[in-house]
Amino acid sequence: MNALLDPLQFEFFLRALVASALVGVVCAVVGTYMVLRGLAFMGDAISHSAFPGVVIAYLLKTPFYLGAAVAAVLTSLAIGWVARRGNLRGDTAIGVLFAGMFALGVFLFSRIPNYVGDLFGFLFGEVLGISAGDVVALIALGAGVLIIVWILWKELLYSTFDPLGAAASGLPVQRLDYLFLALIAVTIVVSLQAVGIIMVVAMLVTPAATAQLLTLRFNRLMGTAVVIGLVSPIVGLYLSYWFDAASGATIVLVETLVFAVALLLGPRTGVFRSRGTAVAKG
Amino acid sequence: MTSPEPTAVHDHSLPAAAHRPLQPSTSPAVRFRAVTAGYDGRAAIEDVSIDIGTGSLVAILGPNGGGKSTALKVIAGLLRPWRGTVEVLGGPPGREAHRVAYVPQAEVVDWSFPVTVWDVVMMGRYPRLGPFRRPGPADRDAVRDALAQVGMTDSAQTQIGALSGGQRRRAFLARAIAADPDLYLLDEPVTGVDISTQEDLMHVLDAEAGRGKTIVATTHDLAAAAHHFDRLIAVNRRIIASGGASEVLAGDVLARIYGPHIVVLGGQALLFDDAHHHDSPPPGVAHHHDEDPGRR
Repeated sequence: MNALLDPLQFEFFLRALVASALVGVVCAVVGTYMVLRGLAFMGDAISHSAFPGVVIAYLLKTPFYLGAAVAAVLTSLAIGWVARRGNLRGDTAIGVLFAGMFALGVFLFSRIPNYVGDLFGFLFGEVLGISAGDVVALIALGAGVLIIVWILWKELLYSTFDPLGAAASGLPVQRLDYLFLALIAVTIVVSLQAVGIIMVVAMLVTPAATAQLLTLRFNRLMGTAVVIGLVSPIVGLYLSYWFDAASGATIVLVETLVFAVALLLGPRTGVFRSRGTAVAKG
Repeated sequence: MTSPEPTAVHDHSLPAAAHRPLQPSTSPAVRFRAVTAGYDGRAAIEDVSIDIGTGSLVAILGPNGGGKSTALKVIAGLLRPWRGTVEVLGGPPGREAHRVAYVPQAEVVDWSFPVTVWDVVMMGRYPRLGPFRRPGPADRDAVRDALAQVGMTDSAQTQIGALSGGQRRRAFLARAIAADPDLYLLDEPVTGVDISTQEDLMHVLDAEAGRGKTIVATTHDLAAAAHHFDRLIAVNRRIIASGGASEVLAGDVLARIYGPHIVVLGGQALLFDDAHHHDSPPPGVAHHHDEDPGRR
């Protein structure tokens, strides 16, 4: 019992619990639409492209949220623009900008004299070092994302499922697409301190992917993803405390483990499923 | 170049079917004037002029890649034409979008998507609800009613991936009905479905046309087009012919629509025979043979 209660006497641990659980929930909600829209690669690209923003913000001594948000939003919009302008496939445009922006971040990063370790936390996450002020900012931004999704859930659902039908009946599908990219960008910025640039895509994709193994109803899918997104960071933080391991990586490992269990034991894909062979008739 | 001859306008208009009341006072539901549109620099339809009367049940037919779906997308406002003018329900495409229901081809739908038949049909109600508002009792009634019309009441809670091909088309038609549109745009609504489903779907569409709704469907199923639609528009980049089944499905027109592929249509010999019983086309229906003298 003490193993569970002991860490709670530390304020930094409590802050980390609140922050990572909130990040887990926001990521699960946005990630559900993201997975259904086939934007997992896009999420990875936006998070990496936030890196130069973080470095520039560090150099200018402004809040990292600002730099990361500007870089992430600009890149996500630029990807759509480049794809349209160059008549390129979406994943091609993503690949070009993703690597280019991350390289810019590494370039600027390597030019910092007497570099101190802070920026390292943005790559791999350091939620145990989160300040009270950061938690407040995180709650505000996270709540903002959740409110927008709550207002537009059915428009986002329709335009995700059938963009042609939605556009023909008058939904502003293109603007919804851009808005959703901005939501991904803000979600990633919110999540950076918890799990870092490299692993944030797992927070977005894995809960929804796991839920997809368990249900084919949209509401249940998002609900399942939210539960996974809420519980995994709590379990992960305790594990990282007990094993004295990196918090962000431990949280992501917990989510990955849940996915593996669902894949192997779930009703639709597991080894014990009652359906016949997986050979499709065609 | 975007303003064609007035006589051509008259010739290309499609009068409403004889068994439906003519509505001469209203402007056509869809009007194309010298429309050219396509993708990636390649024109899929070229210099197309058509009128589709309000309350008519029209099939656009032609070979794959002949521009059927492109024409439908231009009407739906999903594709901006390069040249020419388009009028849909009295305005530019998209302006009356809330009065339009578009059903895409089955192939472009992600059938593994985690939604039930009920969810899909309810989507038809979303545009009229707007943000903030949740579906209410009136919306649920509309969904129930639409499901009943297409015979899908018992499948309401089925995930769409578990449906048969025919049930999938029924579900999407129910979504269009639930939206209560004035213009139905259906991309291949009866392709790959069994005869009884085809009969059911066409019965529903016929009833909607009877209520003054305009229905435009693409198909490459000539038999279905001939049996169920009032007017056929044959497109192969240009308008090859438009009018009743007996005119459009005449042997020489078929050859012009499908070119060398005519041999695959052996099963349609019955249509050829039928066409020859008519000596002259009814007034108001003209082929577009003379539209492109340079090609002959």
